[in-house]
Amino acid sequence: MARIIAGVTSSHVPAIGAAIDNHRTNEPYWQRVFEGFERSKEWIAKAKPDVVIGVYNDHASAFSVEVIPTFALGTAAEFPPADEGWGPRPVPVVQGHPELASHIAQSVILDEFDLTLCNKMEVDHGLTVPLNLMFGTPKEWPCPVIPLAVNVVQYPPPTGHRCFMLGKAIRKAVESYPEDLKVVIFGTGGMSHQISGQRAGLINSKFDHAFLDNLTKDPKKLTKLSHLELMREAGAEGVEMVMWLIMRGALDDKVDEVYRFYTVPASNTAVGHIILENKIKGGKKTSAKPASTKSASRGKKSAPKMKRAAARQKIERVRS
Amino acid sequence: MATAKTRVEKDYDDIPGTYVFDADRSRRGYHLNMFCMSLMKAENRKAFKADEAKYLDERFPLLTREQREAILKRQYNRMLELGGNIYFTAKLGATDGHPFQHLAAVMTGSTQQDYADLMLRGGRPVDGNRSRSGKYARAASSIVKDSKPKQKASKGKKRRG
Ligand SMILES: [Fe+2]
Repeated sequence: MARIIAGVTSSHVPAIGAAIDNHRTNEPYWQRVFEGFERSKEWIAKAKPDVVIGVYNDHASAFSVEVIPTFALGTAAEFPPADEGWGPRPVPVVQGHPELASHIAQSVILDEFDLTLCNKMEVDHGLTVPLNLMFGTPKEWPCPVIPLAVNVVQYPPPTGHRCFMLGKAIRKAVESYPEDLKVVIFGTGGMSHQISGQRAGLINSKFDHAFLDNLTKDPKKLTKLSHLELMREAGAEGVEMVMWLIMRGALDDKVDEVYRFYTVPASNTAVGHIILENKIKGGKKTSAKPASTKSASRGKKSAPKMKRAAARQKIERVRS
Repeated sequence: MATAKTRVEKDYDDIPGTYVFDADRSRRGYHLNMFCMSLMKAENRKAFKADEAKYLDERFPLLTREQREAILKRQYNRMLELGGNIYFTAKLGATDGHPFQHLAAVMTGSTQQDYADLMLRGGRPVDGNRSRSGKYARAASSIVKDSKPKQKASKGKKRRG
């Protein structure tokens, strides 16, 4: 059976994509951001997911103001990068997993989450920037990706609670899929930021840290945040953090936080990134830690070390 | 029955300097946002740049006079007020060849350099920017334990270091 082994959150700031595409990742400003994902790349290379479920939002690329689906699941075989006004990003076409996606759709809809299904969809930086951050810039993405686009552009986005519950339904769907697949779910967007109006530039690091702490330990608390509070504290566009709760809902109640990174700013946004692993239960290998599985046979490494390393790599408020 | 003029009060209108893009704004700003969307195509960007007023009049005749003026004058906050959404209006900025922080500077009434510096210093603080009415000025987040407006005590806050 398929299993969700871990969840990842990552910002999806478009300027990060632009820095990659224009080969500016070595500039000190951007180095500070990319360094934070070095360990994450090692982690995911070891975790070797068979499928990624990418929860993200479209930014007036695939969806306009004509049709605004709250949850849109990509069931297509592939998802080309969207032309966001200056040509499509030079990233690989995202290969989907139509069978698992259709299975999730069916299961989740019968669980009363009324998804929109997309057999044709282009994907923008919202999805491809996190793929870059986690996988670098390979010729092909290393595994299929099922995009789940969430409306956070037109108010109101789905509530955090609804997102959390959808995550649970997705997990149930995945676990009823017969093939042995290791699935990692990404929640993207955030953290605090506002890019519109006179209040643009808002950052609330205190709130972000509290959000990260609770994401690991007490996500239910986060499901109670109202949109009003989210917008007031984390910025009008920061409300997109509800997407992280889909990821979190798809994981165990108790998880291991294996990595965390936070920095301000990337362009106009606070970057937050966390990796949460489901615990391995009993003798049953969930493959939650392929790292440790492998290190057992190939010499000890990674998982525990990384956890310590994770012991707070936090770079904050870097001055230029 | 609600008439077209009915305006429901929104709790988020209390957030200063913020135009929440809700269904009302989306409806009113539909043609404005569709105009911005049209700028995704290179040929349209070219046509627009060649004669902006003509482009708007011919292709988006349903824009209101106010919206049309805000577009031509690049009044980015006004566009948001009239139903524009930032992810859409950003396409207009990109058509002009501006980086996003130029738009942010325009919207916040500062220079691009000052805005960039603000971000490097850690961004605009939330204290003092929570509430128009003052009602929520001292509101803190339910998830932040220590969120007195005074920053002094926060050093002692328990953070796993
Ligand atoms: Fe976003």
